[in-house]
Formats: sequence, C-alpha cells, structure tokens
Amino acid sequence: MSTIRAKFLVAAVALMLPGTASSQHMHAHGTGNITIESAFSRAMLPVAKVGGGYLTINNAGAADRLVGAKSDRAEEVQIHEMKMTGAVMEMRELDNGIPVPAKSTVKLEPGGYHLMFTNVSRPFKEGETLAVTLIFEKAGPIEVEFAVGPFAGAQRPHAAHEGHH
Amino acid sequence: MTKNPFMLVATTISAIFITVLVGILFFTFKDEPRNTTFNTAFSLINDRGEAVDQSIFKGNPSLVYFGYTHCPEACPTTLYEVAGYLKELGEDGLPIKSYLVTVDPERDTPDIMNGYVTAFSDRITGVTGTPEEIRRVVAGWRAFAEKKPNKSGGYSMSHTMDLFLIGADGRLKGLIPYGSDPDVAISKIRSALL
Repeated sequence: MSTIRAKFLVAAVALMLPGTASSQHMHAHGTGNITIESAFSRAMLPVAKVGGGYLTINNAGAADRLVGAKSDRAEEVQIHEMKMTGAVMEMRELDNGIPVPAKSTVKLEPGGYHLMFTNVSRPFKEGETLAVTLIFEKAGPIEVEFAVGPFAGAQRPHAAHEGHH
Repeated sequence: MTKNPFMLVATTISAIFITVLVGILFFTFKDEPRNTTFNTAFSLINDRGEAVDQSIFKGNPSLVYFGYTHCPEACPTTLYEVAGYLKELGEDGLPIKSYLVTVDPERDTPDIMNGYVTAFSDRITGVTGTPEEIRRVVAGWRAFAEKKPNKSGGYSMSHTMDLFLIGADGRLKGLIPYGSDPDVAISKIRSALL
C-alpha cells in the first residue's frame, strides 16, 4: 500500500515541474486535457469541522484519475463517495481516488462523489474562495479556486425541484 | 423414473411465485413506517448538559433525526429543512419538539452539539451521551448507524437519513426521506403529527 502511495507521490511531484497552473478564467481551470468547472463549496456552521467540495472534471484526453487534493484551509482533503442505500447514507473514503475515463466528464456533486475538507479551523464563509490543489495521476496537480456558496440546504427547495433526473 | 415432470414444473413455479411474493411484500413494507412503540429505556444528555431519557419521545409530537456534526451535506441540509418546517408551521407547530440524536457521540460533546443545533434553530435539541446508550436509541427506533474508518485514521458515519415523525403517544407515525419536497414534507407533518 505505502509503496503504491509513494509511487503516486513521486509521479505527482515529477509532473508538477513542467505544469504551472493557469487561472485564466473563473470557470475553467487547468491546462491540457483536464479542465475543472463549477468548483464550489458551502458555508459551514461556525462549529462545524468538515466541509464538502464539489466540481466537474472535463477530460478531453486519455484516461486519468483524481488521486488526491490538498488545501491550506483543511488538515486533509479526502476523496469520498456518498451512496444512498434505501434510507441509509453510506459514506466512504475512496482509497484509489476517482477514475476519469478518456474523453469524459465526471461530476463531484452532492449525493455522490465529493471532496471532504477535514479539521477546518476557519469555517468556510459564503462569498470567499478556497485555493485547492487537485492531484491527478497523469495530469499532475491542478490549482482550482472553490467558490463558497450558501449553507447546505439553503438552496434546497429549488434543488429538490430540479433534482429529479 | 416415476417422478412426474409436471410436479417438478409445478413445484418450481410455486417456488418462484412465493419468492416473488415475499420480495413484493418486502419492498412494500420496507419504506413504511415501522408503526411500533419505542420501548427502550436509555439515559443520555442534551446539548445544555441536562439528563434526558425515553420520556422525551412521549407527551408531544417530535421530529427526530439521527446524524452527526462531522457531516458535510445530509445533516446540515436536513436540519436546515427542519428549521424551515417549524417556521412554516408557525403556531400550529408549537407542540412539536425536534431532536438531533448524534450517531457520533465520541466527537459530539454537548457543547459541540449546542453550537451546532442552535445555528439552525432554537427549537432543535441535541442529544448525546455514551456510545452504548446512543446505540440503544438507534436500535430502539430501528435506525442504522455505522462507523466507516478512513485510511488516515479518522472516520465517517453511515446512517439513516430519514427524518422520523413520532407522535405524542410515542409511536412512529411516518418518515420523511432525504430530499423530500418541502411542501410534501410539511403536509406529511401536519397529517401525521398535528
């Protein structure tokens, strides 16, 4: 396990050298084949310790994998999957990250894949932005700014109406 | 050689029929409220540090949610909605009490619970205590909670997401599933509890 993780790290660092992040546009981050859209988080309660992060990954190239993330605002940024089995919400950390197939769009959204910011010392406030580094197995690190929106639930009535796919 | 092939076919068909029937029954009743009285004694503590026991589920209707404060999405959303339902019900809803029973008592101290629930509404009471006593309440309502360890040493909780509607008689009257339309939820509360 640890040797695999070490390899990931070596790969990530090696890939970090040539690629510098671009912050050309608010809605699309990243260079090359992977671009990130609509990265957002939600305002946290003053006493809350964890926050969620959501985004859309567009991959115009070969298959890749989101293997990690980090931010100064959290002790750790974990990759989680939330699944509803009947009335039970199951939460689990994805040890191997999230596969991003070739020429695909992968969404991290409420109720599914998401980033989990742990041990947040300054709870996120609506209106601020969070600097987050996403680490892809092949594309390497991509800097992304997450916009902090209202509390979870604050937009719920609308979301609930639109949510029936 | 004397076996009747017809009997074999008939037995197989009957077996399939019974399996399907049981399956349909299971699916039909799975999401129905378990209309049982809560018969478990427990001793817990609320977010103001006061002792609470099974009597909190009797004498007034209540909305009960099993969640935890280290929950990024479902719990804050549900509590935000509960606060909204209570607001919307106004005076009609005054008899209703609402509780967040933590499924993560190890991290959710009364202080943390107090800061958390009061951020949503002054009408929600946090309930915590020892893991053993919490397990009794969760099991008593046939809810579900399970610790899922993370590779970093931390953990998340898997838990029931339904909001439990409990009558003044201490019986479960209904469930509001996660993501319900607020208008539907409010009319359900009215018809089940008021």
